[in-house]
Amino acid sequence: MSEDESGTEVSADAAVSAVWRIEAPRLIAGLTRLLGGDLGLAEDLAQDALVAGLEQWPTEGVPRNPGAWLMAVAKRRAIDLIRRDQTYARKLELIGRDLETASSSAAPGPESALDEPDIEDDLLRLVFTACHPVLPAPSRVALTLKLLGGLTTPEIARAYLVPEPTIAQRIVRAKRTLAEKRVPFEVPAAEELSDRLTSVLEVIYLIFNEGYAATAGEDWTRPALCGEAVRLARVLSALMPKEPEVHGLTALLELQSSRLASRTASDSGVVLLSDQDRSRWNRLFIRRGFAALAIAENLSAEAGRPPGPYALQAAIAASHARAMTPEETDWPTIARLYDALAAQVPTPVVALNRAVAVAMADGPAAGLALVDRLVAADVLPAYHLLPAVRADLLTRLDRHAEALAEFERAARLATNAAERTLLEQRAAEALARTIR
Amino acid sequence: MRYMMLIRPDLAKAPAGGPSEELMTEMGKLISEMTRSGVLLDTAGLAAAEEASVLRLAGGKVTTVDGPYTEAREFIGGYALLQVGTQEEAAEWAKRFLEIHGEDWEVVVEVRKVFEAS
Repeated sequence: MSEDESGTEVSADAAVSAVWRIEAPRLIAGLTRLLGGDLGLAEDLAQDALVAGLEQWPTEGVPRNPGAWLMAVAKRRAIDLIRRDQTYARKLELIGRDLETASSSAAPGPESALDEPDIEDDLLRLVFTACHPVLPAPSRVALTLKLLGGLTTPEIARAYLVPEPTIAQRIVRAKRTLAEKRVPFEVPAAEELSDRLTSVLEVIYLIFNEGYAATAGEDWTRPALCGEAVRLARVLSALMPKEPEVHGLTALLELQSSRLASRTASDSGVVLLSDQDRSRWNRLFIRRGFAALAIAENLSAEAGRPPGPYALQAAIAASHARAMTPEETDWPTIARLYDALAAQVPTPVVALNRAVAVAMADGPAAGLALVDRLVAADVLPAYHLLPAVRADLLTRLDRHAEALAEFERAARLATNAAERTLLEQRAAEALARTIR
Repeated sequence: MRYMMLIRPDLAKAPAGGPSEELMTEMGKLISEMTRSGVLLDTAGLAAAEEASVLRLAGGKVTTVDGPYTEAREFIGGYALLQVGTQEEAAEWAKRFLEIHGEDWEVVVEVRKVFEAS
């Protein structure tokens, strides 16, 4: 194969992959509904349509309405299957008739099954199904990235630093579980909606965090997870415009996205918030974050409810975004926001972050009192940030001998080399101060 | 990753009345679709070339360049800033933007990756 041919082939495949990323979610969602909720079959038929696209589009060009083209091909395959396989025929008798009627109308045209009002409902059904709590979190993540992100199995595997077969298995098992548990293809009823939505938001947040944890120099697929997560949050904002926490999560992710460029140092360590070059914070994302947060807060206020955890975390991020320098940070506001967050999410990590904010707002002694409560409760035995924070507060109180012991403990617990080095440095400084 | 779409209609070949109502409707639908897909960060049309200020640096000196601005084909009519996974995705959206213009227009869209601050 000549160099020119293979280059063309690669770029043709890339163009088709691009169409797939855009069209896959609606295609799979629409097919799932047409097939009575059979997500597994829908995805198989969608993949068949993609293969057809990969065969025909490089020579014929990508058609004008690729989504409708793919849907037409998938529907024809479904009808073929129904005619050939009696088990499908029995199961899909009524639906088969719908399929035949639908596909006998004009080829890709405006009256395809991708008509807007229905397809938005189908997409929402797909979101809730892929994120169903009956599935373990890693499965929800993999299924979401595959079906709603249009990512390939290899891409997901590279993003999560696991072998391809692991992801492939995870997805196969997830679809099997959904079928065995007869999970219906629907948007949850009002009574269940809140819990089910929590599951969806958690999946998106997990995807973002995975990307956020990636360091410079790693495979590009990992930090790309942040972009995919914030995109999914925006998609959900459009599908569920009246849900405050959806906008809250979107706001949080837009604001965290604004800091991505300044977060990683060239030596692949993480740069702390207080040390980041704020001129590199992306102001467009910050504005988008503020706008989403305002929507979240207005919706909560209209409903007479307090802001939820994502909105509160977004408000904290927004506070930081407003400070042009670390010195201008409005710590009293942040401390109050953490009070509210800790009331709703009483986890040790939130309590620790709250202690840091209280220390900044009310002085190190106030923060230390909160940290000591956590130490006494022994809820974070192996978390290096607990002794690290304690050490920092002790330093600010001139209790350097105690700070030294805590920095050393934190260094031993640190999870990567860059952090350990930093903590050892601070231990050395504490030692120098005790000697003086 | 972010991609800038720079939209360059050929003014010499554009319909006299500008974009038709139908074109504006289709553009609105596409913008809505891009927003609902979570990929559109920002978009706007730019004021006419006659209203532009054009300045030029040469030999260390800055001068103003008076109109009419010669190359009708260099005129940037608008932009869209996208956040997508690959350049091909941005190009696919650019293709859809061009397709809605139909046969009355000649338009060039340039899709350029935006450097991330580093």
